[in-house]
Amino acid sequence: MPAEPDHALELLDISCTFRSKDERGQRYTAVAGTSLRVRAGEFVSVVGPTGCGKSTLLNVGAGLLEPSSGTVKVFGQPLSGINTRAGYMFQTEALMPWRSALANVMLGLQYRGTPDEEARVLAEQWLARVGLAGFGDRYPHELSGGMRKRTALAQVLALDPDIILMDEPFSALDVQTRQLMENEVLELWAAPSTGRRAAAGPVRNAPGAQQGRKAVLFITHDLDEAIAMSDRVVVLSAGPGTHPIGEFAIDLARPRDVAEVRTHPRFVELHSQIWNVLRDEVLKGYAQQLKKAA
Amino acid sequence: MTLRPNEGNARGWQLALLVVLLVLWHLVSRDSQVAFFLGEPIKVAGRIWSWFLPIAIGPSVLFPDGLAGRADIYLHLGVTLLETVLAFGIGTLLGLACGLWLALAPTASLILDPYIKAANSMPRVILAPIFALWFGLGIWSKVALAVTLVFFIVFFNVYQGVREVSPVVLANARMLGASRRQLLRTVYLPSATSWVFSSLHTSVGLAFVGAVVGEYLGSARGVGYLILQAEGTFDVNTVFAGIAVLTAFALVLDGLVGLIERRLMKWQPKSGETEKL
Repeated sequence: MPAEPDHALELLDISCTFRSKDERGQRYTAVAGTSLRVRAGEFVSVVGPTGCGKSTLLNVGAGLLEPSSGTVKVFGQPLSGINTRAGYMFQTEALMPWRSALANVMLGLQYRGTPDEEARVLAEQWLARVGLAGFGDRYPHELSGGMRKRTALAQVLALDPDIILMDEPFSALDVQTRQLMENEVLELWAAPSTGRRAAAGPVRNAPGAQQGRKAVLFITHDLDEAIAMSDRVVVLSAGPGTHPIGEFAIDLARPRDVAEVRTHPRFVELHSQIWNVLRDEVLKGYAQQLKKAA
Repeated sequence: MTLRPNEGNARGWQLALLVVLLVLWHLVSRDSQVAFFLGEPIKVAGRIWSWFLPIAIGPSVLFPDGLAGRADIYLHLGVTLLETVLAFGIGTLLGLACGLWLALAPTASLILDPYIKAANSMPRVILAPIFALWFGLGIWSKVALAVTLVFFIVFFNVYQGVREVSPVVLANARMLGASRRQLLRTVYLPSATSWVFSSLHTSVGLAFVGAVVGEYLGSARGVGYLILQAEGTFDVNTVFAGIAVLTAFALVLDGLVGLIERRLMKWQPKSGETEKL
């Protein structure tokens, strides 16, 4: 048996420089020399001021964006093209408005060649698990914002990815719905994998995926959310040239309730520690935005 | 029930307006000088009757000469509708295929851009004589003319539709593992379809225009041909009858497109309307 690489996702010395479309020669370095590792089954949050390049980093990990320099490794293998072992939950609406909720959840399974009947059964199970049983025939515009996020979550989880990338997935939701969703994501994450492996074909039996828990890379600007949910919080500096400036292990006991854990003394302690690092960056980021707007 | 126009009795008011216009037309055409140019609504109605119904009517107050029941328009109408439907189908499919291809092939669209603009700005009705030369006086020269009208409308809408696919939906499909073909089938095509449907109402009208204009410029069958014949003998009533028939059938075609659109586009949110009390 080969030695299991214990990192699910490794971003090594990543830099991303964008060329301006209007002015030639105008360059913007969003991310500079950033390394980030996520172990298999680990929940890692990345926080940083707005516009600091968090999403850029996530897109690099997803294979949607090729970095200017640096390498991405997925379970020890260098990544080229789309990261097929990752599921991505987007910040904005990513459901197809012309497909019903059920058809949206079936989409990824159909892309991978699962027969329609089997895909339908699996999609219905996943819709039920995110609390949307009986809503399968609704179109996205007939669902509330929270229900659409649940559908998107089911769409990602139905493929049983080993890595989940989340880009501020709940930032558009109201506070109550948000806490509800955060708890549900934690519950689904902690639950053992549903044994869909057999159906998914040989690719799935790749090394490093046996633990059941998925690796999660969670992007957020909300420090409370980051601490309440993750095993580790990484703080990024303000752009341009974003890089990690702090890393904190969150040693709060699981299972957690995101609302209750906020009053825990250790939570408060961690929050003030991280906020001390983050505050200066937020101010810096804000000053830059003012300068850009002026 | 009040008589003030509102949504409930709009149909009644619309009919009333039609009646008023017809009565006005009738009164004006009592004068035989005016009738020569404007026709007479009763004679127009009589002409439509004998076109469609095989029932002859003897002399009466309205029709002193009686009405012949010839029922002879069906061949002409059938030809015109066949041309319209063929042109509509071919033009839409071609527009869809070319629109998808050019929107997804940036190099080709870069090179072909000025040619497409030129072809679109050209007054294409003038192609009718050339098509008559190429395809003869049968239905295909009319179909070709109408296809050139339909094609560009659908083409530009599809092109736009593909260009405006939400980048997030696209990225999501790629992350879910879509191949290029699957992207085309599940993202680009449905997204372009909604744009195509918004253009189909215009293009079905233009398909009709193309067919009739083609017939008008040279043919042996079709409603356009009937109108041309009637003009040749200063038979204004028949010209108006032809116009009325064409208008009615254009409305029917438009209604059919609307029906299909409602069936296929049920995923689109209806615009939020508040009920007025």
